[in-house]
Amino acid sequence: MNSTAVRSLLVRGMLAGLAAGVLALIVAYLMGEPHVDAAIAFEEAHAHEHGEVELVSRAVQSTAGLATGVLVYGISVGGFGALAFCFALGRVGRFGARATAALLSGAALLAVYVVPFLKYPANPPSVGDPETIGKRTTLYFLMMALSILLAVAAVIVGKRLAPRLGTWYATVAAAAGFALAVGLAYAFLPAVNEVPEDFPATLLWQFRLSALAIQVTLWVSFGLLFGHLAERVLNPKAAPAVERTAAPEAAAPAV
Amino acid sequence: MAQSAAPAAIPAAPLTLPLKAIAPWAVFFGILMLALIYFVGAEQGATSLISGESVHEWVHDGRHLLGFPCH
Repeated sequence: MNSTAVRSLLVRGMLAGLAAGVLALIVAYLMGEPHVDAAIAFEEAHAHEHGEVELVSRAVQSTAGLATGVLVYGISVGGFGALAFCFALGRVGRFGARATAALLSGAALLAVYVVPFLKYPANPPSVGDPETIGKRTTLYFLMMALSILLAVAAVIVGKRLAPRLGTWYATVAAAAGFALAVGLAYAFLPAVNEVPEDFPATLLWQFRLSALAIQVTLWVSFGLLFGHLAERVLNPKAAPAVERTAAPEAAAPAV
Repeated sequence: MAQSAAPAAIPAAPLTLPLKAIAPWAVFFGILMLALIYFVGAEQGATSLISGESVHEWVHDGRHLLGFPCH
């Protein structure tokens, strides 16, 4: 039964990730694409040479290409999220399925995206030297891996401290430790600044803001959708009880 | 009455799924998800499994907007 539960959670996680990906795609298309176009226009105005062969047209890149990238990313986030949920359920604290899913996706948004983003933010086309792509890719994935490991370590340390400090202060201490370790990583990892001198600051800010909005949409909607689906898998009989708990108090103890 | 109703909503012993049940799914799908993220986020950038630029160009906008280093 347990293996079946993991399988159905995994399938629902990937479906919830796909649905969250659709919402993120809408944000990406409406909020992000205008900035990508503006950055490409800047790049073309400043290019010294022309005549590159266009393998994929801009019309395809900004629609089917964007959809492929965001949806495949959404499915992978959903699959990883579901596996992490299976592990976290009942092991992190006394949370139900929906609360576990919401907390997990919030923490994952922070550890997987926001922490690496604050050190190595998303860049629009024309920002970034093609010569340093290897170094930048290594640093980005290193920062991401480090951030995830530190977040997992913070949860483990928090659990260990809980009997001595109580849940609240153990959580505060673990979060402070996480912030300190992330700060040290920020200080010691090399900085990357390859923004062309006359690149519009507003465009850079708006592009990065839209990149952040895409991730927030993806992870928050995944957490809520997957929590709803997971609750129904793990607690199939409880669904009608939602109305019962909302009813007068006399009916509530029946749960 | 209001107090007695509240704790009833929290399960006495939270349900956990045994690691033995999670592990096979985690290994197989973990590798699959990593491969998907690799193709969206990094293929034909720093490293290249497939020659050419077609994968990079196809996911170009997604790669920029999802925050991966592109070019």
